[in-house]
Amino acid sequence: MFDTKEYWLRRVSFSRKGRIVLALTGTSLAGLLAMTMVVGADDKNPFAGDAKAAKLGEFQFRINCAFCHGLSGRGGGRGPDLTKAQKRHGNADAELFRTISQGVPGTAMPAGTNGGIGVGMTDEEIWQVITYLRSVQVKAPEKPLGDAAHGKELFYGSARCGTCHMVEGRGGRLGPDLTVAGSVRSADSLVDSVRNPSRRLAQGIKEAAKEFPQEYETVTVTTPDGKKITGVTMNEDNFSLQMMDADEKIHLFEKDKLKSFEKSRESLMPPYDAKMLSDKDLNDLVAYLLSVGAK
Amino acid sequence: MKKLFCWPVILLTAGVFAGSVNGQVTFQRLLDSSKEPENWMTYSGDYAGRRFSTLDQINKANAHALAPKWVYQTMATDRFETTPLVVDGILYGTGQDDRAFALDARTGRPIWQYQRQLPSDIRPCCGRVNRGFAILGDKVFMGTLDAHVIALDAKTGSVVWDVAAVDYRKGYSFTPAPLVVKNLVIIGVSGGEYGIRGFVDAYDADTGARKWRFYTVPGPGEPGHESWEGDSWKIGGAPAWITGVYDPVYNQLFWTTGNPSPSNRGAGRAGDNLYSNSLLALDADTGKLKWHFQFTKHDEHDWDATQVPVMIDLGEKHLIAHANRNGFFYVLDRATGKVVSANPYGKVTWSKSADAEGHPVAEKSSSPTLEGTRVCPGAAGTTNWMSPTYDPQTKLFYVTAREQCDIFSTAPQPYEEGHAYYGSAYFPNDETEPYWGALRAIDPSDGKIKWEFKHPSPTWSGVLSTAGGLVFSGDAEGNFIAFEAASGKPLWHFQMGAAVYAGPMAFAVDGKEYIAIAAGSALFTFGLP
Repeated sequence: MFDTKEYWLRRVSFSRKGRIVLALTGTSLAGLLAMTMVVGADDKNPFAGDAKAAKLGEFQFRINCAFCHGLSGRGGGRGPDLTKAQKRHGNADAELFRTISQGVPGTAMPAGTNGGIGVGMTDEEIWQVITYLRSVQVKAPEKPLGDAAHGKELFYGSARCGTCHMVEGRGGRLGPDLTVAGSVRSADSLVDSVRNPSRRLAQGIKEAAKEFPQEYETVTVTTPDGKKITGVTMNEDNFSLQMMDADEKIHLFEKDKLKSFEKSRESLMPPYDAKMLSDKDLNDLVAYLLSVGAK
Repeated sequence: MKKLFCWPVILLTAGVFAGSVNGQVTFQRLLDSSKEPENWMTYSGDYAGRRFSTLDQINKANAHALAPKWVYQTMATDRFETTPLVVDGILYGTGQDDRAFALDARTGRPIWQYQRQLPSDIRPCCGRVNRGFAILGDKVFMGTLDAHVIALDAKTGSVVWDVAAVDYRKGYSFTPAPLVVKNLVIIGVSGGEYGIRGFVDAYDADTGARKWRFYTVPGPGEPGHESWEGDSWKIGGAPAWITGVYDPVYNQLFWTTGNPSPSNRGAGRAGDNLYSNSLLALDADTGKLKWHFQFTKHDEHDWDATQVPVMIDLGEKHLIAHANRNGFFYVLDRATGKVVSANPYGKVTWSKSADAEGHPVAEKSSSPTLEGTRVCPGAAGTTNWMSPTYDPQTKLFYVTAREQCDIFSTAPQPYEEGHAYYGSAYFPNDETEPYWGALRAIDPSDGKIKWEFKHPSPTWSGVLSTAGGLVFSGDAEGNFIAFEAASGKPLWHFQMGAAVYAGPMAFAVDGKEYIAIAAGSALFTFGLP
């Protein structure tokens, strides 16, 4: 059925843990034994290296995790790349288990078991997901991390990122604040956003009860007195527009009073090709954002 | 001069009082609902499902002057999906978490309020929502999230009877408004994401005794059972989570059903999976199936057919119009269920041809794969449960549409009783295509779109048409909008501050017409100054 806005997040409606408790109070002895075997084994993966468990884990991953982390775990633009050997919130089995089952407070990562994401997972299924992640992690080539200090110099210097982007309170306002970008985006997707900024526009204001947040779309209007203004949409509905121009001035318009109104998904940010920003410099820039995100 | 101007008001007021002689809503009054346009007595406003009001005090000449009259707050989170009923000056509505209320329809002041005490482990797949009441005699009826059907005293809100339809722990719940026909309270079950076995129930309005049940998934020995592989029928889904309509000529109900379970994975349930995603013609007295029409066979995209079917008459033709979640606008013969026409009313990639009966046929390539397949419409459909409207004056069908494609991928999932059961994952294909929405006016005689009003993002608002030459709908940005019905030109709008997840309705009290719509956690009413 599914009839709602956040139809992705629809998928857990009650605590799976709660259901396990019900099962324990029930009559199934086999179920009881199975649960006892898994519950309490939170520190070590009982399926380590088990290819069959990894396959089951892949399916669980698809149902529960792929929306943010991508079908193959390489980051979907919403969540970090999980094929990297070093996981931000701890790399040991027990730490991964905790991250998945409890979520990460202060981030978009919800609890995997308790009303958070997907269809919800049992402890056993979380271990299967970890087994899957270990299996893809081995195959993933590890990218050498760049020079974060140099990346910061570039950000506020020759690359001019800071003209439009803020990091930790310093920078411009026309583009999204990138302070947390390194904690919620994969390195690959950050690279992609620099090279092809229009491929996926960043999300801006999210309104309560509205399904989709406003994106950083480019807007050009001609005011009633004939003035042409270009900027980003801060918000918009059928009748009004709230926008910011390149000088960070906010303009408020009623659409029917404008002489012209044009919106574009071509980002105001220029695509940084290899001439504007070498691969090495880009790697340093990403290292800087990741280092800020890791704080 | 002044007195002359008052005459129409006095006449309408007289009508109101005539309707409230004893306050009892009879089946005859429900049948003759067009005779008392000041009242809105069923979910869709009439038995035909048209969501059309014959009130015309608010019309295209004065709609620009509309203003808020009162606002009622439930102060609850989650979506507020009710279509209220109004009978003789009292408004009856339901809200989030199975709360309910009766209000003075002139002022919004509560007469009584009800809050069901729900267990902590209910299984609402898609929000703690309820879409409204049905009314008969001095009782109002609602289904609950813990799968009970209850009757409340319309004057006090006290529980008159309370019947458990089924064990909610297995994934069942009720979200739609029931429909009263004769002395029966008819309601379909929700829970298509939990591997339930769907049904439509009928209860005695006086006692709550169950009079019939139609299982939407046939059991062994019943016709249609062969459309399920092995034991898959036992958890076949096919919920019936939107209010149906009633055709008094044939004494039959038209009820629609939702997706087979698991919703996005067809492996393990080979066959058409009857009667999922279907329109059912049921005998109103017995619940016996007269005929069925399945819109989406062997569904793997969550395309429930749970949109209100609308009975329309074009000349001598007695038809049912159905804007389906799968992207096709179907017109069927009301007596036989045969296809008259099926035309896309949004972007459709899953079907490129039709069979001999005019039924769109699915392309094999539209099935979900491990890597993911892009299909239009996406899982939310070209439309969803939001009510359409049919305006007999413009002869146009108005529906909320969504343009969004999804990437569907498979992921086997074992069934566990009472646990969410989807069988796969789907993603908005949002890298290259932003999703958007529209209000579309379709001519049922040829399936062509006569006008469209685009929304920056898709809305979940239903649509109301009125004899004032107006169509009303809300948007995801919080606007409530009045359109000229003939052209789609917006004539008035009001910013309510939250997205709309409900259908508008119209009523009148003391000779004054109101339009009501829920948004955020508030019920808004609008009228002329």
